[in-house]
Amino acid sequence: MSDKPEKPRVGVYVCHCGSNISGVVDVEGVRDWAQEHLAKDGVVISRDYKFMCSSLGQELIEKDIKELGLERVVVAACSPHLHEKTFRTASERAGLNPYLTELVSIREQVSWVHTDKAVATEKSKSLVAGTVERVVYNTALEKLKVPINPNTLVVGGGIAGIQAALEIANGGFHVYLVEREPSIGGHMAQFDKTFPTLDCSACILTPRMVEAGYHPNITLLTWSEVMSVSGYVGNFNVTIKKKARFVNEELCTGCGICVEKCPQQVVDEIYEAGIGHRKVVYTPFAQAVPKYPVIDAPNCTFFKNGKCKACEKFCPTNAIDFAQQDEYLNVEVGNIILATGYDLFDARRVTNYGYGRLPDVFTSLEFERMCNASGPTNGEITLRDGKTKPKTVGVIHCVGSRDKNFNNYCSSICCMQSLKFAHLVKERTGADVYEFYIDMRTPMKSYDEFYQRVLDEGTLFVRGKVAEVTNAARAEHEKGKLIIQVEDTLIGKQRRIPVDMVVLSIGMEPRADSKQTGQLFGISCSADGWYLERHPKLDPVSTMTEGVFIAGCASGPKDIPASVSQGAAAAARVLDKILQKEVELEPIRASVNEAKCSGCRICNNLCPFNAISFIDDLAITRINPALCQGCGTCVAACPAGAINGTGFSNEQIFAQIDGILTLAPARSAGVGL
Amino acid sequence: MSEKFEPVIVGFTCNWCSYRAADAAGTARIKYEPNVRLIRLMCSGRLDPTFVMKALAGGADGVLITGCHPGDCHYIEQNYKALRRFMLLRRTLKGFGVEPERIKLVWASAAEGMKLAHEIDAFVDEVRKLGPLNWPKWENESNPAEVLEVTA
Repeated sequence: MSDKPEKPRVGVYVCHCGSNISGVVDVEGVRDWAQEHLAKDGVVISRDYKFMCSSLGQELIEKDIKELGLERVVVAACSPHLHEKTFRTASERAGLNPYLTELVSIREQVSWVHTDKAVATEKSKSLVAGTVERVVYNTALEKLKVPINPNTLVVGGGIAGIQAALEIANGGFHVYLVEREPSIGGHMAQFDKTFPTLDCSACILTPRMVEAGYHPNITLLTWSEVMSVSGYVGNFNVTIKKKARFVNEELCTGCGICVEKCPQQVVDEIYEAGIGHRKVVYTPFAQAVPKYPVIDAPNCTFFKNGKCKACEKFCPTNAIDFAQQDEYLNVEVGNIILATGYDLFDARRVTNYGYGRLPDVFTSLEFERMCNASGPTNGEITLRDGKTKPKTVGVIHCVGSRDKNFNNYCSSICCMQSLKFAHLVKERTGADVYEFYIDMRTPMKSYDEFYQRVLDEGTLFVRGKVAEVTNAARAEHEKGKLIIQVEDTLIGKQRRIPVDMVVLSIGMEPRADSKQTGQLFGISCSADGWYLERHPKLDPVSTMTEGVFIAGCASGPKDIPASVSQGAAAAARVLDKILQKEVELEPIRASVNEAKCSGCRICNNLCPFNAISFIDDLAITRINPALCQGCGTCVAACPAGAINGTGFSNEQIFAQIDGILTLAPARSAGVGL
Repeated sequence: MSEKFEPVIVGFTCNWCSYRAADAAGTARIKYEPNVRLIRLMCSGRLDPTFVMKALAGGADGVLITGCHPGDCHYIEQNYKALRRFMLLRRTLKGFGVEPERIKLVWASAAEGMKLAHEIDAFVDEVRKLGPLNWPKWENESNPAEVLEVTA
């Protein structure tokens, strides 16, 4: 048990935060109360200041530490997640160990959530009292330093992951780039043109893919998945499953003869979005990186009934290996970047738009493949029959997005994508295009100019949410057409617009397995399922877990420029860590008081990090501080009170409970005591 | 008592989820009942059952325990241990003659400021209905709260 120091000298600092706190809390009242009632706990000075976090506010504290010989500091201001570091650093500058300074959140937990001034002030006093009583038991701590492994794991080989991997690799450090599909490229590889510049997607993406594929600092692991992750920042141990390709990568030259000779064709649900076919031995597309094909075992004739082997017969280098097994690789990395991307909304869920029932209703991804010169129609825009050119096309925005029934959020790319479709239809078929939108969102560089261009090209815009797409004609001119029923909110009228083809601009959704992936890497998701940033504005590529970063659409819908920026940003964060060579860890750790340990072993099975081991000779338990993550579960479980949880000791928490309840009416009435 | 009874509630939060949910509620200016005073722990697994007994013995009318959703624990699985301790605590309280409804366990992720606020409001309401915590007297006239105070 840490001894309570003889009358530690405590300073209390109450922040106004402009009027953020003082608008609801009587700051001077809290200051005076602390000075008067907490003197018994060692408070020697209590001050208030307009902005405690300003340099003047910090200097005030530093001056007091030096002149009044303060041994503990309590700052009643905002959440410790915002400014704990600021004030601890200030204390350190004045020669006080940073862990002897504590924050009390009277902004996030009081002034911003309560309105009654008297009650808010009482609550602030209680919280300050709790922390003053606690801080007395705080002990001086030193941060732990551990070396950083300079290797990095990047999960997801879309444009964000490729960018991140290239930045780090170009910086001279090794990257393991893991992708679960047979090729890197992600969704961007499926698109024809990119808005608003109309750059050919493949033309700008494939050079990056090749660069990543051949980079001496990148180990590319496609057709692979991460199975388990252990360790902590600087020292992660990752197991990667390299699924059997049934193609020997050492021997394969990527000539493509096996693909040509394979007699079996299946619908390509992934790369061709279900509107094209691929062979059973395949690379998803011609420019795939790596160039080695994969045999789709469940559909392969040989795997199904033991006959065929056409690919093996024709392979000039004997690279086909039907006996290949899944391989498990173990890699050590210091940091991890998750760029796992997104799934697309399933358009079948909006039954009134008829996708899956009315053949000429397409999803945006199907339409992308159709426009793509290497796609199933060689870039011809046709109806489902593959021949007929549409004369009128309707593009419906916000399918599955901004919709209470599906997803509340805006998928952010669909307006621009839909405008791009209008341009492509006009350019290639001359057909009339109707765009059905709720609001037009074109906020980024050159986006609105593109909208103006599409307007000038004669695209027709109808503002309103489409009620229904139907083939039930009510009039002669509707026969054989798809009729779009919509309220045109600009003229306040219901309209029925007959078209030949409908394109649904489907929104983005978190990956179906994003929750499991999050659990694997120890990061959490928002209510929608997107990964949660450490701070949405100031730290958008970090997560709550040190050493695990996120980039691209994994944290929410983004366009290509934003995904690329995030990939680069995450890489910068990782390089920063690598270049520091070692990482400082919070000294919040558990340790065993061996004199008190009775050897009961109750704690032994509680630690998920295997930090606890039993020393048979001495019949006591020991904790490895390098493995301990500081959760405190063993501390709470020890019946002998032999485990001390640094920073959150029993003494600290008991004192805080006591302090918080100082003003409880039950206590003054003598109830319960 | 003529005035409406306002319970005092001590809340234990996990540093990674529910404490951040409280931050999120603050940033979004979501209003909730002011009766709860939160104490930050690194994990709900750190919750020593004696913390709860200490709070109830020391004048709290209820204790709120919050942690990450099952499966989301920052320390892999320690919130399950909090769940087990919570179940045991409820039984222990019953043994003491105290309503087990005075303690509540809530899972709240860092994104769920709104949920945390609603849960706090609901709990304050429940404890308000229970009234002030009155420790029943024991036969030998020693007061359980005092006994707890000593052992804690």
